[in-house]
Amino acid sequence: MLPEFDFGPLWLSLRLAAVTTLLLLVVASPVAWWLARTRSPMRAAVEAVVAMPLVLPPTVLGFYLLLLLGPQGPLGALTGSTLTFTFSGLVIASILYSLPFVVQPLHNAFEAIGRKPLETAWCLRASPLDAFLTVAIPQAARGYLTAAVLGFTHTLGEFGVVLMVGGNIPGQTRVISIAIYDQVETLDYTSAHLMSGLLLGFSFVVLLAVYILNRRSPAHRS
Amino acid sequence: MSRLLARFDLARPEFRLQAQLDLPAQGVTAVFGRSGSGKTTLLRCLAGLERSPAGFMSMGGTVWQDEEQGAFIPVYRRALGMVFQEPHLFSHLSVHANLHYGLKRTPQHERYISTEQVIDILGISHLMDRRPHQLSLGEQQRIAIGRALLASPRLLLMDEPLASLDRPRKQEILPFIQRLCVELKIPVVYVSHSIQEILQLADTLVLMNEGASIAAGPIQEIFSRLDLPHYLGDMAGSVVDTRVAGHEPEYGLTRLEFHGSQLYVPLQPLNIGQPLRVHILARNVSLAAAPLSEPISVLNVIEARVTEIGSALEDRHSVDIRLDAGCPLLASITRKSLAMLGLVPGQRVYAYIKAVSLSQEWG
Repeated sequence: MLPEFDFGPLWLSLRLAAVTTLLLLVVASPVAWWLARTRSPMRAAVEAVVAMPLVLPPTVLGFYLLLLLGPQGPLGALTGSTLTFTFSGLVIASILYSLPFVVQPLHNAFEAIGRKPLETAWCLRASPLDAFLTVAIPQAARGYLTAAVLGFTHTLGEFGVVLMVGGNIPGQTRVISIAIYDQVETLDYTSAHLMSGLLLGFSFVVLLAVYILNRRSPAHRS
Repeated sequence: MSRLLARFDLARPEFRLQAQLDLPAQGVTAVFGRSGSGKTTLLRCLAGLERSPAGFMSMGGTVWQDEEQGAFIPVYRRALGMVFQEPHLFSHLSVHANLHYGLKRTPQHERYISTEQVIDILGISHLMDRRPHQLSLGEQQRIAIGRALLASPRLLLMDEPLASLDRPRKQEILPFIQRLCVELKIPVVYVSHSIQEILQLADTLVLMNEGASIAAGPIQEIFSRLDLPHYLGDMAGSVVDTRVAGHEPEYGLTRLEFHGSQLYVPLQPLNIGQPLRVHILARNVSLAAAPLSEPISVLNVIEARVTEIGSALEDRHSVDIRLDAGCPLLASITRKSLAMLGLVPGQRVYAYIKAVSLSQEWG
């Protein structure tokens, strides 16, 4: 291994993916719960909005985020400074970009639980919030695992949105995918090989672990 | 005596529930009707899982719903227990944690049922450390009943709790349900479409038909009403509470006594004086205007008086006769026999009972 190899981008990517995933699980839970339970006519519209990042070119998403987060944008104005080209800006962008990958597994998991376990909990004096926390979330554990892994790995692999919103500031916004792009541009194939190989191996091992785990816990199928 | 009062009117796309109940808030009240008659919806309204507009429900003086006053206590603030057809144990928790789920959420001063009592009544001490998926369906249902009881309910609602079990499992659980009613004195509303379960458990019966509660009262009265056999099918008959008067082991018979009359049934492993509820199907009762002078093979002959003669429909060959034998007794005879005997209300008759069904045999 080269002594001057820079692990900064890898470390930044992992940090970004971890923060994004944690926040996403919190944000996506109520959205997925609402989608699984509601009979509101708004449901289809909300589902469509959540799924948009799947079909939009990342540059389109990035473009709007640039306007939204910039000094003249509503969020920029709110915070009094710019969020573009900062780590916080990247987190916000990543949350939107990876939202469908977290909402959909949770949505499916909540739907699979059905009404009965929750009604059972209500009849045992658990309030709806209590029942959600102590019955719905634990029973959706496999959905949470899938959601967390997909959210994490998808954030790790993002490129277009990051480039638009974050730029390429070492230690701030220079994530692994940008670093690899740079290395290829400057014909530093050794570093590009190493980083790409790391990402490839990591993604495979994580996904493999998830599929094995999902197969092994039939006890959670109620 | 404290009562359970309820009034619901709930419109669903293909169905309308219209129920008005005034029941004793004690013992077991069975809600009986064909599938689709609204039994489960009625139970869900009682629980507060469905909210009927303009509904009313009070339990022993505590109002849980009074829409006129804008009052509706949500299900999780009601002291009630619910047992569904499927056990619905929480698969992520151990049996022990399942049992304690409701208990943990019950304020100290409201608790009146202890873990020890429930474990003892349901016979589940050996299951405590298992996971739900390691239990048989019958064991799971016992845990589900225990879990509901440990939340110290003032009313226990059971929605066909035995319907998903096979016959031996039903017989395994029925005695537990009987015990908890007697020992814990919890009023139970029990939905079922099985007459056998109802005969074994219920004191009071609510009859449902097409979303409406069409009759309610003590089970003995409802079963011997002449206007209802249509809803009971060929199970129409009388429910008679007897006591064991003696045994005749040489003939393999047990003698039962009720209101001065006696009945022979196959030998029962019961002590003298113990109560036994029997069901006498109307179609198993024949009538004679005078006692037969020659002995016949039918052992059970009861002297009774005709109280009411059902309307003889042209398209049916039989007609139901209501008798008074100290308690109501129903006989189903052909219209031709009715004409030949010339029965009129008040007349003395002899009822020949060809078969007696015992509640304990069923399940």
